[in-house]
Amino acid sequence: MSGAATLRVEGLGMSFGGLKAVDQVNLDIPAGKVTALIGPNGAGKTTFFNVVAGFHAPTSGKVFLDDQDVTGLPPHKMARLGVARTFQTTQLFPGAPVMDNVIVGRRLHTRSNVFDAVFRSRRHRREEDESRERALEELEFVGARDLADVLVASISQEARKRVAIALALATEPRVLLLDEPAAGINPHETEGLTDLIRSVAVERGVTVCLVEHKMRMVMDLSDHVAVLNYGKMIAEGPPAEIRNNPEVIDAYLGAEHDA
Amino acid sequence: MGSEGMKRAATIGVPLLAAILFPLVVDNPYLVSVAVTAYVTAIAVYGLDVMLGYTGQLSLAHAGFFGIGGYTVGILTSEHGFSFWTALPIAVALTSLLGHLIGLAALRTRHDYFAIFTLAVGVMIVIVIERWESLTGGTDGLIGIPPPTSIGPLSFTSLNAQYYLVLAFLVLTIYVVWSLMHSLVGRTFLAVRNSEDLARAVGIDAGRTHQLSFVISAALAALGGALYAPFLGSIGPDVGDVPMTFNMLVYLMIGGVASLPGPLVGTVLIMGLTQALTVVQQYEMMVLGPILIVVVIFFPQGIAGQGKVLFARLAGWGRRR
Repeated sequence: MSGAATLRVEGLGMSFGGLKAVDQVNLDIPAGKVTALIGPNGAGKTTFFNVVAGFHAPTSGKVFLDDQDVTGLPPHKMARLGVARTFQTTQLFPGAPVMDNVIVGRRLHTRSNVFDAVFRSRRHRREEDESRERALEELEFVGARDLADVLVASISQEARKRVAIALALATEPRVLLLDEPAAGINPHETEGLTDLIRSVAVERGVTVCLVEHKMRMVMDLSDHVAVLNYGKMIAEGPPAEIRNNPEVIDAYLGAEHDA
Repeated sequence: MGSEGMKRAATIGVPLLAAILFPLVVDNPYLVSVAVTAYVTAIAVYGLDVMLGYTGQLSLAHAGFFGIGGYTVGILTSEHGFSFWTALPIAVALTSLLGHLIGLAALRTRHDYFAIFTLAVGVMIVIVIERWESLTGGTDGLIGIPPPTSIGPLSFTSLNAQYYLVLAFLVLTIYVVWSLMHSLVGRTFLAVRNSEDLARAVGIDAGRTHQLSFVISAALAALGGALYAPFLGSIGPDVGDVPMTFNMLVYLMIGGVASLPGPLVGTVLIMGLTQALTVVQQYEMMVLGPILIVVVIFFPQGIAGQGKVLFARLAGWGRRR
């Protein structure tokens, strides 16, 4: 169970009362590629992530990981199958060192229980060491190894974004869902983060799907772009094609020009 | 590194030595029995902290579990001739099982709703204790609970012997809580408290984590109660009642939530204060209320938490000079 996986949704729908946040979406997120999900605020992008990652059971449609039907599985089971995600606000624990945050991502690969903890069993020591080592490797990969012992509260927003990715990578995902990975950081930092995300796909062979508003980043990074508007998918294709799609310009970029 | 080790040895050794010498130095049965009561309560407060401090849910049925632990030992030893050493694990196991069953329903809720749900459970536990007279002695309570059975030459009839027995269990409790929190399991707890969404997203079964925390919490409450009943020789429904839970909560908040010395510091300090000044005992809440307000406003991390901050500041100040 390693290597990139394809994520596929068929006829996916998610309604809250009368509101169709996601409406009949069909999308293939190809293995090992970077797919971007764009659309105006409220288009249903985060809801789409929440459904795919198992936080909401969809009201209609199906989710497939490779060819396995994973519709409606809870998030911790999705994570075990290899679907990891980050959040718009990173959700890291500010009161703990970076290391302690990232090491939590190894929990699904460890089996130590209460008794191992109390009796400091050999298994516990081994798993603790392995988890620490692996967490350090992930911090190294995202370029935050130096911050391992620093409290999350005292690192920069950009560093938090990187640490959140390290945490997700620590679970050894096959698919990584990134919810606005570059929100709240400056253009220079955004470039660095773009490189990091690209290397997650290229070097680590992880399927990446991101929601992002920064168009330059999306166009630079993505192999494939899907556009949501009012919960419906209105276009998908390579970045160059999306950039010139009149419907997309009207729905999304156009709206931005007006503002 | 050597000084770090010495510091750790001192922070454990000095209070422990003080606790060991306490009954010999004060030589006052009243104060020693206040200390015993504070220790058994502190054991339960550690349980409350496992739930509130480490997984972030407030259980208001906590004193109920303390009562169930106490009644189980009381009934088994005074009426069915069980040895204390058999009754104690039975009490803890039974309460854990009950905690597990209650958790299955209660943990479908979180936060305020969980607190309210467990408040209702706490009230129900007291009603059952009061009404099931044939088993519990009703509102009169249970009397004639024998002191812990001797182990070979070790007899627990004297006050000092009971003091050391309870102290040993308190140390064991602190060790268990410490080892849990410095483990893969404990980090899972903290991850769930910090952000349940993030924890779930990295593969942690948040429901099971809460469930485990609740069972450990109930087990520690039961352990406190199971030690309390034979010490006092009697037990009444009051010890399992909701006001007791709020007392424990006050001790915890004053001592410091999610800090290892917090439950002990808060419990010993406040129980010592209110019990030693017998005059104010009736007005316990009038004293505790203002103290709690001051602590919450000025030392939101509790006395133990604040002590840590002060200590770090002093150390920094010392280095700069």
